[in-house]
Amino acid sequence: MATETLILPDHPAAVAPLRQKLGHDDWIMRGAVVALGLWLIITVLLPLWALLSKSFQAADGRFVGLANFQAYFASPALADSIWHSVWVSLLSTVICVLLAFVYAYGLTRTCMPGRGLFRIIAQIPILAPSLLPAISLVYLFGNQGLVKWMLFGASIYGPIGIVMGEVFWTFPHALIIITTALAISDARLYEAAEALRASPRRTFWTVTLPGARYGLISAVFVVFTLVITDFGVPKVIGGKFNVLATDIYKQVVGQQNFQIGAVVGLLLLLPAALAFVVDQLMQRRQLALLSARAVPYAPRPDATIDRAMLAICSLIAFAILVILGVSFFASIATFWPYNLTPSFKNFDFDMMDGGGWRSYFNSLVMAGLTALFGTAVIFTGAYLVEKTPRFRAVRGFVQFLALLPLAVPGLVLGLGYIFFFNNPANPLNFIYGTMAILVICTISHFYSVSHLTAVTALKQIDQEFETVSASLRVPFWRTFMRVTLPVCLPAVLDIAMYLFVNAMTTVSAVVFIYAPHTTLAAIAVLNMDDAGDVAPAAAMAMVVFATAAVTRAIYMLLTQGYLARAQMWRKR
Amino acid sequence: MNLCTTSRLRCAAVSIAAAMFGLSTATHAADLTVYTALEADQIKPYKAAFEKANPGINILWVRDSTGIITAKLLAEKANPKADVVMGLAATSLMLLQKEGMLMPYASAGLDKVDAKMRDPAASPEWVGMDVWASAFCVNTIESSKKNLPEPASWADLTKPVYQGQIAMPNPASSGTGFLMVSAWLQLFGWDGGWKYMDELHKNIAAYTHSGSKPCRQAAAGEYAIGLSFEYRANKTKKGGAPISIVLPKEGLGWDMEAIGIMKTTKEVEAAKKLADWAATPEANKLYAENFAIVALPGIASSMEFVQGDIDKMLIKNDFAWAAENRDKILAEWSKRYDGKSEPKN
Repeated sequence: MATETLILPDHPAAVAPLRQKLGHDDWIMRGAVVALGLWLIITVLLPLWALLSKSFQAADGRFVGLANFQAYFASPALADSIWHSVWVSLLSTVICVLLAFVYAYGLTRTCMPGRGLFRIIAQIPILAPSLLPAISLVYLFGNQGLVKWMLFGASIYGPIGIVMGEVFWTFPHALIIITTALAISDARLYEAAEALRASPRRTFWTVTLPGARYGLISAVFVVFTLVITDFGVPKVIGGKFNVLATDIYKQVVGQQNFQIGAVVGLLLLLPAALAFVVDQLMQRRQLALLSARAVPYAPRPDATIDRAMLAICSLIAFAILVILGVSFFASIATFWPYNLTPSFKNFDFDMMDGGGWRSYFNSLVMAGLTALFGTAVIFTGAYLVEKTPRFRAVRGFVQFLALLPLAVPGLVLGLGYIFFFNNPANPLNFIYGTMAILVICTISHFYSVSHLTAVTALKQIDQEFETVSASLRVPFWRTFMRVTLPVCLPAVLDIAMYLFVNAMTTVSAVVFIYAPHTTLAAIAVLNMDDAGDVAPAAAMAMVVFATAAVTRAIYMLLTQGYLARAQMWRKR
Repeated sequence: MNLCTTSRLRCAAVSIAAAMFGLSTATHAADLTVYTALEADQIKPYKAAFEKANPGINILWVRDSTGIITAKLLAEKANPKADVVMGLAATSLMLLQKEGMLMPYASAGLDKVDAKMRDPAASPEWVGMDVWASAFCVNTIESSKKNLPEPASWADLTKPVYQGQIAMPNPASSGTGFLMVSAWLQLFGWDGGWKYMDELHKNIAAYTHSGSKPCRQAAAGEYAIGLSFEYRANKTKKGGAPISIVLPKEGLGWDMEAIGIMKTTKEVEAAKKLADWAATPEANKLYAENFAIVALPGIASSMEFVQGDIDKMLIKNDFAWAAENRDKILAEWSKRYDGKSEPKN
């Protein structure tokens, strides 16, 4: 026995608990991993490839090298958009991350009252399409705006409006990342700082900020990518201020100029891809930050700081509520701004552009199917990638494919879908124009975050479960259904929730691939605003918000009631 | 935690997948895909009346602004999705005709249609439905607040007093925008027209995507004046908006809404039925609820709020010229006014 253990570690394979032959189960799992890989190749990689190749082709499919790029950069108006996009995104990012940092600091590092409420309010923007803040800003600061004087004569149509709208819309994304970064910190560092008599300011600069730096960098990249690729806000409130995301929409939807659209799409891919790479590098370092001996930091009450933070957070929360509230009032006013008696006239969507109430029900179906199939595919996929024994190269590749959508803006993915699926030579052409393609596209669009959630949850389960099951000759799918799935139920529901809400509110990818009978609510908001029916657009945005909010509330009740019982085993 | 057995799961998955694809393949006797730039609030009654007269045929509308529908049709030339194009500007239909995308077909009752309002060719490929013409929507409340005189002509709009007060549709996407630009170039000549637009551009606060939006924005007081068209003006005023409707005295830009059958359609019989129906008195009565001038002479219109003899105010419009030069005009327009940096004021 002793000699054996001494010899074995030289051989890498011996690290595995048992040197086993590939069983029946293993082959099934490997087959499933390969199937998942193929699925991701078809739904993510090939559409991107189609986009890439399109940018080097003329309208008739001839290879023209860089001619499309030259044509794009030769047009001064279009090249201007690049600069516009960059500086507006930078400004939005700086403001958003600063505000989110202060807010997150208040939530995690102080004892200010009402933190639970502040947390909930901060999540509001995620539940609405990005068009909602833009519409509200028109009502607040437009020429008939309620508080137009606050702009001192500047116009809301243009960069000011875009930045304000984007900050609102991206705030929760930054907040989640920074809150997480601030939440994991080592109290021992603060004790040390105190023992060394460091001033609070010095402690902040030398302990707090460095501790949160990876979260901050990550937030900066996430927000920057979201802003530069969002087109809901600039579409509504950009006025004559062109940005890349509205260019791509105008070129493709407005002028059916797919080649230039592909060029702009590739340009949008660059910052997103860069953000992705940086974020991956950061995450690798972040792991080393928390040692096993870390002591969680618990804030102590401090009247001055708590009060100051309460004031600042209240202001931010108030701004969020005002933006939501304005859309609500605009949607129930009979004829803004001249007749403010409440009515439901603006909810008569059937007499307006955008597909009417049918769009809403389409959205519900689409979001429901996305949540159902998306969760099934993504969670099972994550399980296979995590638990399939050996098979490293293929698993690694599938893992890469699963994370790839994180680097692909929705507009770019949607455009890729047109090129790939609308090609008559593609045997999958038949799904073009159906509900199925919207569901598939939305699942791919939001794949990565869901995948990461699933992987995190799966990593918490001891590998022993699989080992024991295998030795008891229980097939892996039974272990999966009986053990893994129930244990991971919170993560599974989280994923379903995330997919549902995003499918309800997303515009960017699906705007290129919806068909006359598959119009969606969030796109109806866009189309109604385009036709000048701004109040009905606000009304539809509110309906989408209400749906997402109610679903979220039900989910919270569920998690508190049922899950508390189902997860009882975790406690002693 | 035995939520469901695998077989039950599989069964549910199959039925849902069937429902997903079923949505798209549910068939009627004939589904007609009709590309249109008609207003969203117009197409419902048209569809209802046609389907009542022709049971078994179901219209699937693909609706967007004139420019977008035109671009879409041209882009899909190799693999057209539309069966019929209905309610699109005649200038756009002439463009499709030039590309050889339309099917020659004389609607039943074509001889009764006003000669000016149909394809003059021996084997006609399109027939007009109604005339839509430009109109200003002027917000009375905002005008008096800002002391703006009511403009009476195109020329008035270039006065400095209106700086930043006017919204106009982008001619690249909106047919209403294009017919204005086309009218100015014909009224004032090529150079004179661009000179006029240079002046006008100084006063424009926003170029919108849709031809209806400027009027709705004027109605909401976002801008004092919206350059739009008479149907939207009438309808918006009817909805209680504080606007007055002005028909510029130099003459109205106008275009025809027309219908044509795509050469590639597989639903030839159903498509012909729609083209026939579009020229019937029943259909024309429906058009007349929305427009002053329709294809069949002698059908009275009922536009409550649009005053003036629209028929006499229409400019002499050379459609062939406009269709021929559409690309050139739009390219020039985009070069001059599109994507300019944000307004100075």
